[in-house]
Amino acid sequence: MDIFIQQLINGLVLGSIYALVALGYTMVYGILELINFAHGEVTMIGAMVALAVIGAIAGSALDLPGLLVVLAGVLVAIPACMLLGFTIEKVAYRPLRRAPRLAPLITAIGVSIVLQNSAMLIWGRQYVSFPPLIPQNSHEILGAHITDLQIFIILLSTLIMAGLWLLVQQSTLGRAMRATAQSKEVAALMGVNVDRVISATFLIGSALAAIAGVMVSAYYGLAHYYMGFMLGLKAFSAAVLGGIGNIAGAMLGGLLLGVIEALGAGYIGDLTGGFLGSHYQDVFAFFVLILVLVFRPSGLLGERVASRA
Amino acid sequence: MALLQVRGLKVAYGGIRAVRGIDLDVDDGELVCLIGANGAGKSSTLRGITGLVHASGEIRLAGKRLGGLPTHAIAREGVALVPEGRGIFARLQVWENLAMGAYARRDKGVDEDLARVYELFPRLAERRQQIAGTLSGGEQQMLAIGRALMSRPRLLLLDEPSMGLAPLMVRKIYDTIQAIARQGVTILLVEQNAHLALQVSARAYVMESGGITLAGTSGELASDPAIQAAYLGS
Repeated sequence: MDIFIQQLINGLVLGSIYALVALGYTMVYGILELINFAHGEVTMIGAMVALAVIGAIAGSALDLPGLLVVLAGVLVAIPACMLLGFTIEKVAYRPLRRAPRLAPLITAIGVSIVLQNSAMLIWGRQYVSFPPLIPQNSHEILGAHITDLQIFIILLSTLIMAGLWLLVQQSTLGRAMRATAQSKEVAALMGVNVDRVISATFLIGSALAAIAGVMVSAYYGLAHYYMGFMLGLKAFSAAVLGGIGNIAGAMLGGLLLGVIEALGAGYIGDLTGGFLGSHYQDVFAFFVLILVLVFRPSGLLGERVASRA
Repeated sequence: MALLQVRGLKVAYGGIRAVRGIDLDVDDGELVCLIGANGAGKSSTLRGITGLVHASGEIRLAGKRLGGLPTHAIAREGVALVPEGRGIFARLQVWENLAMGAYARRDKGVDEDLARVYELFPRLAERRQQIAGTLSGGEQQMLAIGRALMSRPRLLLLDEPSMGLAPLMVRKIYDTIQAIARQGVTILLVEQNAHLALQVSARAYVMESGGITLAGTSGELASDPAIQAAYLGS
């Protein structure tokens, strides 16, 4: 039982991070019907930029409290990723707005490779470790352990998602985003500057990615130029699980995927008599992705079938 | 000078020339219709005016050139199009659709106009919280027209408002269009149903394979033997 609770907690933490990244995939897909494969890399850049800032401050003579240093890292990573996401859309996707769908998709893969390699050139091939700035206080609930960081990740993600939900459902910008997602032409007829709405979508998605990137690197204690690939794929799976294009779906899909993965990793050893270990964790995300694509291609909350690319 | 002045408008899709250089005028407060068979280039004319397709020629609204402006900028100049097939935001609620109509407005008259739209279409008021996609075809047409009115347009373009509606509903929509025109809204109405369009409009243009072949007052055109034979089925 305690392993169940423990893995549930771990899954919720991981799932919150997946959800933040999945939102970026789903919002862009909702408006452009483009799977922005570079989004995972934006998350990675967020982690790397934050770690560079954190490393620089921690290594300097300044003696600031640890959490303040981390906050500084986040506050630099967010605008950096927003600028990156904005630029990617403007340079790589906008010229292809009217091109066949495969063209921007392949471009997205290209952008992702460019970002990975740029990160490798800038920060190197080795793992960058997250300095021990965050206190690792642990609390016990129902026989399981939860750290301050885990609580913080879950709370902050929940807050961000609630804020995003309010923005999308209640604000004028959010309404314009939903209208644009349904028809760019008719939205333009209403006086909506569609290019601006699309830019706003990339800005918001990239800000979420930056935060998720810092969270994941703080959680695992390291970052790496290749980390965006797997994280991106998992978040994409989460978005598909919830129904790509659907914002509530991305939140639900992210949390579910995190929990499925954690529970799977926790029990796979027992279930296979020790033949498979918890390092098969990654299998679950993609197993779920396959099941969803076979049995419910429109996802849990999706209305439309994502029929093409 | 006419509120809308179109000179030599051409629209082409690849090599296909849908509109081949037409002139047309709509005066302030007028209800003008553009009739013609399917494929004559009527919708392309409206799409050209609103910048949804690339058009050459000159388009002026109250003297100001609209040509080359993006669609959202043309909308902000006061041109509202109710597109063919209505184009409502099916997953938004009724009131959200209406709010989108007033998207570009920053003045204080929005609530007042919303009340006026609900007065014009009480059905929409009853269903303001409903998801627009669940409305009937006629109600969706009302919503599309109401949404266009929410922008307080200087020029309202209507593309086939009778399409796909039951006769009773067509009557209702046309009564409303007349009511809107009486309130002083300038309307350019595109319609395949020439009979209906000539009844409500003051002037008409007849379009055929991308060009305007006839123009005149609606009364003249309705009694023109060639028009009667070709479009009125008598």
